[in-house]
Amino acid sequence: MAITLSGDQAIPGPPLSSRLTPAQVWGILLLTPYLLVFLAFVVYPVCYGLWLARDPANYVALYHDPIFARAAINTLIFLVVGINIKMMIALFLSGFFAQQRTWIRWLSVIFILPWAVPSIPTILSVRFMLNPEWGMVNHFIFSLTGDDGPNWLNDPTVALCMAIAVHIWKSLPFWTLILITGRLAISHDLFEAAEVDGASWWQKFRYITWPSMQTLYVTCTLLSMIWTLGDFNSVYLLTGGGPADLTHVLATLGIRYLRLDQLSLAMASIVCAMPFVLPLVYFMMKRLSR
Amino acid sequence: MKLPSLRDVATEARLLLIGIPVFLWTMIPIYHMFLFAISPKEDAFSGKLWPDHPTLHNFEIVFKQQHYFLRDFYAQFWNSTLIAVSVGVLTLFIATSAAFAISRLKVPGGRAVLNLALFTYFIPAAFLAVPMYRTMGNYGLLNNHWSLILAMVTIASPYAIWVLKQASDKLPVELDEAAVMDGATTLQIFRLVYLPLMMPSLVAIGTYAVLLAWNEYLYAFLLLSNDRDITLPVALGNFLAADDSPWELLMTTGFIYALPPAAVYYAFRRYMVGGLTAGAVKS
Repeated sequence: MAITLSGDQAIPGPPLSSRLTPAQVWGILLLTPYLLVFLAFVVYPVCYGLWLARDPANYVALYHDPIFARAAINTLIFLVVGINIKMMIALFLSGFFAQQRTWIRWLSVIFILPWAVPSIPTILSVRFMLNPEWGMVNHFIFSLTGDDGPNWLNDPTVALCMAIAVHIWKSLPFWTLILITGRLAISHDLFEAAEVDGASWWQKFRYITWPSMQTLYVTCTLLSMIWTLGDFNSVYLLTGGGPADLTHVLATLGIRYLRLDQLSLAMASIVCAMPFVLPLVYFMMKRLSR
Repeated sequence: MKLPSLRDVATEARLLLIGIPVFLWTMIPIYHMFLFAISPKEDAFSGKLWPDHPTLHNFEIVFKQQHYFLRDFYAQFWNSTLIAVSVGVLTLFIATSAAFAISRLKVPGGRAVLNLALFTYFIPAAFLAVPMYRTMGNYGLLNNHWSLILAMVTIASPYAIWVLKQASDKLPVELDEAAVMDGATTLQIFRLVYLPLMMPSLVAIGTYAVLLAWNEYLYAFLLLSNDRDITLPVALGNFLAADDSPWELLMTTGFIYALPPAAVYYAFRRYMVGGLTAGAVKS
């Protein structure tokens, strides 16, 4: 047995370098930097994280933690309600910005601002605007009605809605921009023909715009959902997860556990989100690598 | 010139009915920040739409570092700049080499690497933050600028590779073949043929990576903690630690911090929009 083994080794294949062309050797060398980054900062952390979250007791603890259940529900509301409202507004505004007017072109330049400026200062700006005593919003309500406005960020429902509004404010320009390019790609002849046939604006939308844009729209919605799962800033900087930890989403909950030094719980809460994330990611990859 | 018909006026009015709310919605938080920056403290807290005595005094305090929260303003500004530029350069280096190897050299397994990169691109960054924090601790890089630089390169590269690969695929193969006929080595093709032709995409990706790193809050606040090491957004977040935060100074610093990316964005808008729409969503 040992003899055959050594016999096999005596007849090696051609050395690796002669089987590869010089161009392929260069290719492997050029790919190495990314592979090293990927191994050191994606593969290792993910495996290490999964190993930390291996104990089933973590999941029992999560199940009994009311804050986790609340965060899961909040995340779901954020995604299902928030993203759909955002994408519908984006679809509507893409039609508005596709109009050929000088002032609309100028407005579109301004409209991009929320996306072009960093989110931290603007979210903090909104946070102060909503301050019950000193904020601009309640000053305005007082001058109109003579009544004190609500304590915006002290009610979990209102606070979550405000976080969703901040998220929409920040990312609406990006998605509107994408949908505008989709809209401009539709042949203008179709609309002219419909005009001649006396189609109403709803018929034009229903039978021309929507059929040519629905794939793009669905892709955008799914992509936005995946990314919004990781939207830490809108919630953390506006409400800090409060009041009473009732406005956390999964992105901020992981960091909260981390701050409380409950690392394995933090990892477990992320692992719990994976059954929802991975199918979306798989679907998106299928779409993009066609 | 003919008079506008009643129908035209009605259309224009309807458009204005959309345009005005859009303008207000977009501008109010930004205007509010600007308003605080030019208001003395009393005016800022009074809810006026324009201060009685607009002033640049807040900017003076920031630039002279005359407040407890602003002691390290210049150090933090420098950290943000240094980290953003390093991330831009490193991402460009890593992503360009990878895209060249996958798209032009057809390296075996290139497709798989591209899929891995895409997969990383779709994993929400906030989910990777927790294990990343521990990993950096294991590597002994916490509170070191390299931890943030490497983390941001990890996050920026997948999209960069994806966009650059798409752009490379559009360059005709004949170019490489002609260069090979002339006896060019692979490196010469990379340097003399590939890089010059890819310039517009490289500008877009470099800008993307720089802005991503400049704007990053979560990773910066997890990985860096010493007052002199942190970046500007973390410093802004730290203002909230006090009950009587000087909001007018916070907004002034925020305004200064927001200007460079806005300027860069508008300067490179043509590249950014093209690159993003090509890469982010291919319908």
